[in-house]
Amino acid sequence: MSNFPLGNIGGTPTVQSDFARPNSLTGGHRGCQGCGEALGARCAIDAAHQTTGGKILVVNATGCLEVFSCCFPENSWSVPWLHSLFGNAPAVATGVAAALRSRGQDSIRVIAQGGDGATYDIGMGCLSGMFDRNDDVLYICYDNQAYMNTGVQRSGATPPLARTATTLPNKSYLGSDPQTGKNLPEIAMAHGIPYVATASIGNIRDLEQKVSRAINIRGSRYIQIHVPCPLGWGYPTAETIRIARLAVQCGLYPLFEGEYGKLVGSTPVEEPIPVESYLRPQRRFAHLFGKNVSANAVGVLQNIANGNMEKYRLNWEILDA
Amino acid sequence: MPKPFATVLETATSLGNNTGSWRTMRPEYVNELPPCNATCPAGENVQLWLSLAMAGKFREAWEIIMRDNPFPAIMGRVCYHSCEKTCNRGLFDGAVNINMIEKSIGDIALDSGWILPRVTSSSGKKVCVVGGGPGGLAAAYFLAKLGHHITVYEAHANPGGMMRYGVPRYRLPSKIIDAEVKRIKDLGVKIVCNKKISHLKDIINDFDAVYISIGAQVASKSDTVIKKGSCVIDAMDLFQKLEDNPADLAHFGKKVFVYGGGNTAIDAARTALRLGAESVKIIYRRTINNMPAHETEISDALMEGIEILCLRTINTVDGDQILLDKMNYDEEFGILSKTGETEVWQVDNIIFAVGQTLDTTFFDGISDILISENGAIEVDRNMMTGATGVFAGGDIVPGKRSVTNAVGHAKKAAKGIDEYLGGASEVPIVKNAVAHFKKLNTIYFKKDKRTNILRPLNLSFEEILPSYTNDEISREASRCFSCGNCFHCDNCYGHCPDNAIRKQQNGSLTVNYDHCKGCGICAAECPCGAIRMVSEEK
Ligand SMILES: Cc1cc2nc3c(=O)[nH]c(=O)nc-3n(C[C@H](O)[C@H](O)[C@H](O)COP(=O)(O)OP(=O)(O)OC[C@H]3O[C@@H](n4cnc5c(N)ncnc54)[C@H](O)[C@@H]3O)c2cc1C
Ligand SMILES: Cc1ncc(C[n+]2csc(CCOP(=O)(O)OP(=O)(O)O)c2C)c(N)n1
Ligand code: SF4
Ligand SMILES: [Mg+2]
Repeated sequence: MSNFPLGNIGGTPTVQSDFARPNSLTGGHRGCQGCGEALGARCAIDAAHQTTGGKILVVNATGCLEVFSCCFPENSWSVPWLHSLFGNAPAVATGVAAALRSRGQDSIRVIAQGGDGATYDIGMGCLSGMFDRNDDVLYICYDNQAYMNTGVQRSGATPPLARTATTLPNKSYLGSDPQTGKNLPEIAMAHGIPYVATASIGNIRDLEQKVSRAINIRGSRYIQIHVPCPLGWGYPTAETIRIARLAVQCGLYPLFEGEYGKLVGSTPVEEPIPVESYLRPQRRFAHLFGKNVSANAVGVLQNIANGNMEKYRLNWEILDA
Repeated sequence: MPKPFATVLETATSLGNNTGSWRTMRPEYVNELPPCNATCPAGENVQLWLSLAMAGKFREAWEIIMRDNPFPAIMGRVCYHSCEKTCNRGLFDGAVNINMIEKSIGDIALDSGWILPRVTSSSGKKVCVVGGGPGGLAAAYFLAKLGHHITVYEAHANPGGMMRYGVPRYRLPSKIIDAEVKRIKDLGVKIVCNKKISHLKDIINDFDAVYISIGAQVASKSDTVIKKGSCVIDAMDLFQKLEDNPADLAHFGKKVFVYGGGNTAIDAARTALRLGAESVKIIYRRTINNMPAHETEISDALMEGIEILCLRTINTVDGDQILLDKMNYDEEFGILSKTGETEVWQVDNIIFAVGQTLDTTFFDGISDILISENGAIEVDRNMMTGATGVFAGGDIVPGKRSVTNAVGHAKKAAKGIDEYLGGASEVPIVKNAVAHFKKLNTIYFKKDKRTNILRPLNLSFEEILPSYTNDEISREASRCFSCGNCFHCDNCYGHCPDNAIRKQQNGSLTVNYDHCKGCGICAAECPCGAIRMVSEEK
C-alpha cells in the first residue's frame, strides 16, 4: 500500500496537516503513549469540524476516550461535548438532535462516539434504536477491540483467538472463541441507514474523507475506526500506525462504504500481505506462534482475511485472476 | 467561586497538564547525511539542491551546486556519479537520475547567463595555480571567492586539462568548458595559457602559496615489443591532435585496435569510430567485468558496435601485424597468466591507452615533497605537500582520478590555503551519521520509474546526451527520498496522538516537549528518517 504523507508531498493535504487544524481534542490528555484512539478521535472530530465550520456537538460514551479526556476539572475538548453513561450515548445524542431540531438549529451536527464495548455490547440496544428511527446522528465507534479502560476485557469486537484479560489462552484454549463475536458495520448496514463506513488511523486521508462525507448526510450514519491500542494489544508504542496499516493490508480490517444497506465501495489493498505479518508483532496473538500450536490457528484468521478480500472486493487483481 | 469538594485545580483545559513528564525517550529532528552527499567526491549537497529543483527553483539549486562545484554543466556530462550508486531510491525502484538533473540545471544556468556575485573583499595575498585542468581551475575559483589574487599557469593553448585534451567532444563540447571557465575568469582569475612551468622552484618564491594540479600527462609504458611501430599512437596524442590539429588525423585507419581497459581506452575507441574506422576492437587482459571503465561507457561503446577482445595482451607490434597472447585470469586470486596460445591480426592503427603517470621532474630540487613509490605526491588532510605553502591535488595525489575528485581536492585545498594565509581556520565539521535505507519509511512513497530519456545513436563528434525539460527536472527530482532531512510532509504533525508537534504557518515543525509523551510514532512514520528518538537524561 502506498500511502502518501499527510501534507502536500504526493497527495492532497489532509486536515491533520493544516497548521490551523481545530485540535478538537487538545494536548495534555491522559491517553497512553501511542494511543490510537486519541489520534482517531482528533482526526475524526477535526474533519467534522472543518467540514461544518465548527458547527458540531459531541456526545461521548464512557470508555478510555472519555476518561482520559476529562479528568475533572480539566477537559481536553475544544468542541461542545457531553458525557452521560456507558451504554446510552446513542440515546442521548438522539435527544440532543431532537432538541436542536425543535429549536430550528439542526445545522448543528450531532456526533455520538464511544469505544467498541460501548457500541457493540452495552450500547447496542440504544444504537439499534437510533438506527431504527433514522435519527440525525453520526455515530463513531473507536474500535480497539476490547474494553481497554477497565483492563482489556473481551468485547463483541475482539477478534477470534486474541488474548484478553477474560480470554487468557492456556493449553487447550487459544483465546477468544472463533465462533463468537459480531460484525457491527454489517449490522448497521442491515438497518438500511443512509451511510456506513469503516476507516483506520493507518489511512488518515481516507478516514477524513469518510467523516467529511458522513457529517452532512441527514439521518443515522455509522463510522467505525480501527484504533490500535499499544497497551492492550502488546506492541511498542511507536508502532500504532504501522499496526493499523498492516491490519488493512492483510485484509483483516477491510475499509468500505455502504449506503442504504448496500456496499458501494472499498479502499483497495494493492499488495496484500499474509495475516501473520499483522499478528506476529502483537502480544495478544503471541500464543498462536508458540511451539505446540497447529498452523491451523493462524489459518482461521487467514480465512477471514481471504473472505474479506472477496466480500469487499479489496483486490481486483486477485479477483480477476 | 468555591471549589467543589476535594478539588484543588481550577476548571480548565488539559493544556496545562504537562504530560511531557512521562517521557523516557525524546524525538529530535536531525539532518543526517544522505548517502548521495556522503559519497560525492566534491562534497555536493545533492539532497538540498534536488529539493530546490523539485520546487522548480533552478536558480537556487544552481547556487547550491556552485557552493561546492564550479562546473555543474561539465559534471552533468562527465561525473561518474557515485551518488547514484549509493542513492537509497536504488533499493526501491531505481536511483534518482542525479547526474542528468545536474546537467540540465547546469545548462539552464549557461543558457540564462547566470553570473556569480562579484568578489568585493581582497586578502592582498597572491596564489599561483600550476595547471589549468579541473583541479587547478576549481582551486582558483574557491580561492578567488575568498578574496585571494590568483594566477593560473597552463601549458596548453586552452584551459581545461583532461576535460579538453582527454574527454572527447561528443561527451563534452568545448563550448561548455569555455562557458564554465569564463565564469571563473570573470571572478578576476588570471589564466595564463601556453605557459609551461618547468620546475616548481622557478615560481615558488614569487607567491604566498602554490597549488599544483598538473595531472598525469606521461603515457605509461607497456611490455609490448614494438618492432615496426608507425601504426602506433598513444591515446593522449590522439586526443591532443584532435583538439589542436584535427587535419593530421584525416587518414586515420579503418581497422583499429585499442589497448587498455579504462575510460581512456573506451574514449579512444569511440573516437576512432568517429574518425571513420570500420572496425574497432579493444584489447583487454582481464575479463569484461574487471574493466576499470565506467559501466555506462562500456555499454555505450558496445552499442556503437565496438568489440571488446578480453583475456588478451599485445605481445608484439610489427608493421601492420599484431601478435596477441591469450590469457588466463584467476578471478579469485587476481592472477593473470599466459595460456600459450597466440593470435595474429592485421591492423591499420593501434591506440595505446594503458594509463598515464606524472612527470616528477617538475618537483626536482624541492626535497621536502614526498613522492610515493607508485609516483603520487603525498599530501596532508589540508592537501599540503611536505613543502610549506605548497599544496597539491587532482591526478597527482593518491586516490581515484576523476574530474569530480579533482574538484573535491581543490575545495579542501582552498580551505587549507586560506587558513595557511591567515584566514579564519575552519571549525572541523562533525560529519552527521549517514541516513541509510533502513532509517526510511518507504510505505509513503509510490513506485515511480526513473525518468530516462533516449540516447540516440550518433557517430559524429556532436554531443550525444540530451537534456531534461524543466518539467522532467522537477519530476525526477521529486523522486528524491530526502534521506535524513525533513521535507515537510507533516506526517509527524498529523500522526502525533498528543498534538505535541507544532506547525507554524511557514510550515516549520518543532516538538512541544511539554506534551510529548515520547511514544515514537513521529519517528516511525517519518518517511525520510529525519526524526531520531534519543534517551532522556535523568
Ligand atoms: C580520456 C580521458 C577521459 C576521462 N574521462 C573522465 C570522465 O568522464 N569523468 C571524470 O570524472 N574523469 C575523467 N577522466 C579523468 C579526469 O579527466 C582527470 O582525473 C582530471 O582531469 C584530473 O584533473 P587535474 O586537474 O588533476 O589534471 P588535468 O586535467 O590533467 O590537468 C592538468 C593541467 O595541467 C597542465 N600542466 C601540466 N604540467 C604543467 C606545467 N608544468 N605547467 C603548466 N601547466 C601544466 C596540463 O596541460 C593540464 O591542462 C578522464 C581522463 C582521460 C584521460
Ligand atoms: C454501566 C457501566 N458498566 C461498566 C462500566 C465500567 N467501564 C468503564 S469504561 C469500560 C470499558 C469501555 O470499553 P470500550 O467501550 O471498548 O472503550 P475503550 O475503553 O476500550 O476505549 C467499562 C467496562 C461503566 N462505566 N458503566
Ligand atoms: S533518495 Fe534523494 S537524498 Fe536519498 S540518496 Fe537518493 S538522491 Fe540522495
Ligand atoms: Mg474498546
